[in-house]
Amino acid sequence: MSEPAERGDALLTVDDLKMHFPIKRGVVLDRTVGYVYAVDGVSLEVRRGETYGLVGESGCGKTTLGRGILKLVEPTAGRVVFDGTDLSGLRGEPLRRMRRRMQMVFQDPLSSLDPRQSVESLLVEGMRAHDLDKGKESTAKRLRELLTAVGLPSTALRKYPHEFSGGQRQRIGIARALALEPDLIVADEPVSALDVSVQAQVINLLEDLQAEFGLTYLVIAHDLAVVRHISDRIGVMYLGALVEETDSDSLYAEPLHPYTKALLSAIPVPDPLVEDEREQILLTGDLPSPANPPSGCRFHTRCPWRQETRCDTERPQLREINAGHRVACHWAEDIAAGRIARHEVRPVYEPPDADVIPDVPLIGPASMTEVMDHH
Amino acid sequence: MGMALLEVRDLAVSFRRKGEEPTAAVDGISFDVHPGQTVGLVGESGCGKSVTSLAIMGLLPQRGNQVTGSVRFEGTELLGLSQKAMDERRGRDLGMVFQDPLSSLNPVIPVGLQVAEVLQRHRGRSRKEAMAESAELLDRVGIPDPTRRIDEYPHQLSGGMRQRALIAIALACRPRLLIADEPTTALDVTIQAQILKLLSEMVTGTDTALIMITHDLGVVAGLCDEVNVMYGGRIVERAKRHELFAEPRHPYTAGLLASIPRLDAPRGEKLVPIRGSVADNIPWTHACAFAPRCPNALDRCVEVTPELVDDRGGMLRCHNPVEPALRAGAEEVRA
Repeated sequence: MSEPAERGDALLTVDDLKMHFPIKRGVVLDRTVGYVYAVDGVSLEVRRGETYGLVGESGCGKTTLGRGILKLVEPTAGRVVFDGTDLSGLRGEPLRRMRRRMQMVFQDPLSSLDPRQSVESLLVEGMRAHDLDKGKESTAKRLRELLTAVGLPSTALRKYPHEFSGGQRQRIGIARALALEPDLIVADEPVSALDVSVQAQVINLLEDLQAEFGLTYLVIAHDLAVVRHISDRIGVMYLGALVEETDSDSLYAEPLHPYTKALLSAIPVPDPLVEDEREQILLTGDLPSPANPPSGCRFHTRCPWRQETRCDTERPQLREINAGHRVACHWAEDIAAGRIARHEVRPVYEPPDADVIPDVPLIGPASMTEVMDHH
Repeated sequence: MGMALLEVRDLAVSFRRKGEEPTAAVDGISFDVHPGQTVGLVGESGCGKSVTSLAIMGLLPQRGNQVTGSVRFEGTELLGLSQKAMDERRGRDLGMVFQDPLSSLNPVIPVGLQVAEVLQRHRGRSRKEAMAESAELLDRVGIPDPTRRIDEYPHQLSGGMRQRALIAIALACRPRLLIADEPTTALDVTIQAQILKLLSEMVTGTDTALIMITHDLGVVAGLCDEVNVMYGGRIVERAKRHELFAEPRHPYTAGLLASIPRLDAPRGEKLVPIRGSVADNIPWTHACAFAPRCPNALDRCVEVTPELVDDRGGMLRCHNPVEPALRAGAEEVRA
């Protein structure tokens, strides 16, 4: 692992990143009839050594953003700067070398691990590709270290992914990412496929590894309770853009964006005393289509604090309201001070759109990438 | 309390595969559901909660499994009823809502018609009456603009709307018992909140009983009167919801609660996971299936099967339960 440099400076900077996907129609002509605005102007900074949590519901673009940062999908516009190097200009060998330093852990360990490769071969493959496989003995030692780090027995090396439980497989996925001595790990829904009792094991493991190796995490998840537990700072996404960003404690203690308030109030807490008292801000309707996002503030169609002016005409920019607390809402101060009252929202009828599937039925969260795969 | 609406006694389901010993998915569970009551069945993957609901509804495959025990609904034994007799009850007396609404709705029939079908079949309504009532039902479950929505197909609805349509079908005939099997697991949390509110509105104040099957203790905490915690195909603890969360007695229940990150908990506290996974389970014969993962395990736990016995107003299957005092002490140490 590289030396954990001083904490606080930006390891990753995302600047006005946009990822638009064309909607094609027609057999011969293949006309582009519109775009899905999966990520539409996201700027954020991940500091060295911290855990940045990205939360949002299905279709908000969080997974696409993660893939765009790693250049697994080429962004439409905007910049990604990793440790001082602008990735947008990088191609070929320099990009490949840079990728060693940014690794990914996926949601479903069974489909992200090749079923026909043994654990040893899975782990060595990446090391070999990046010239970290320097000799039989040093590699064997490294493999033992990796397995110990993620809490698997050394006998695991000769086994295949199907021989492990879900939690153990996720440990293999983490070991594979660690094998390349990365600086940044992007973890996309790292625990959502696991049973609750096993989730905690993997969450604790991620925390321990961060402390041990000075890793920086970008954790993408839909479960705000999990994200809040492991993240130092959190960004909340809605329809392709960040609506609020702050440290984890402030986000829970004083959410400023109406969407964040609704999201927090919707999460059931395993405690009947809390549940009986919990005031819910129920949102009406569903997420609008990212191919045809609402004008102005994208949340205005469902917002219980929507105002007559500005909300449907002017797109709010992320602005700093308190130190380190950024919100994209025109009325955040007025809502916080209680000058604007919550009101009823009538659900709007949205005619079915044959071009874009409103959401993808999946166990767990869906992503725009999966929506795109349907075309 | 009066007579139970549903009495499940020693229900066991095992699946046979050629050349293998039968596997017990549900291993002798008993519980009652009273009219108007909401009962939770909670557990992780493979604990047998969904198989229990399928067995009650008579929806298990015809071959390859063996169901024993008794399921009595208003005094009538449901196990062993003919397919035809069961068809009569399902939809009328018993309703069910599944996890994935897209695969439980017919993709080639408009949703309005799918709701109307139930009314025609069980209520003897004419097609026209049924369609009108169908629009009313869709409106009641919160589908906007129902007169236009009734002509739409399931793929044109969002996940939340589909789940609402499914609830409308299940409730069309005002069933006495509704079984909801992970009804919100495939949905986003803001949509989950809408659906849970809808479900509780549909059953509170009526005598419709609800069996809520879920892995999410948060869902149970807000909704259920009584909670059954399942592990390895058996009920290991049963309690009223306030008691269960305030003083979990079974180490598994306590372990689950300690391993969930809570939104309202102070940050920086480590989670306490349950060690191992369900793969470590041992058979219940002469042991407790949870013993290999249990922090409280004694020698007795791998020698004698614990029975489900009365315990502080609930039921408990454990040789060495969590003592509230000890638990509070442990929390102080942690803090």
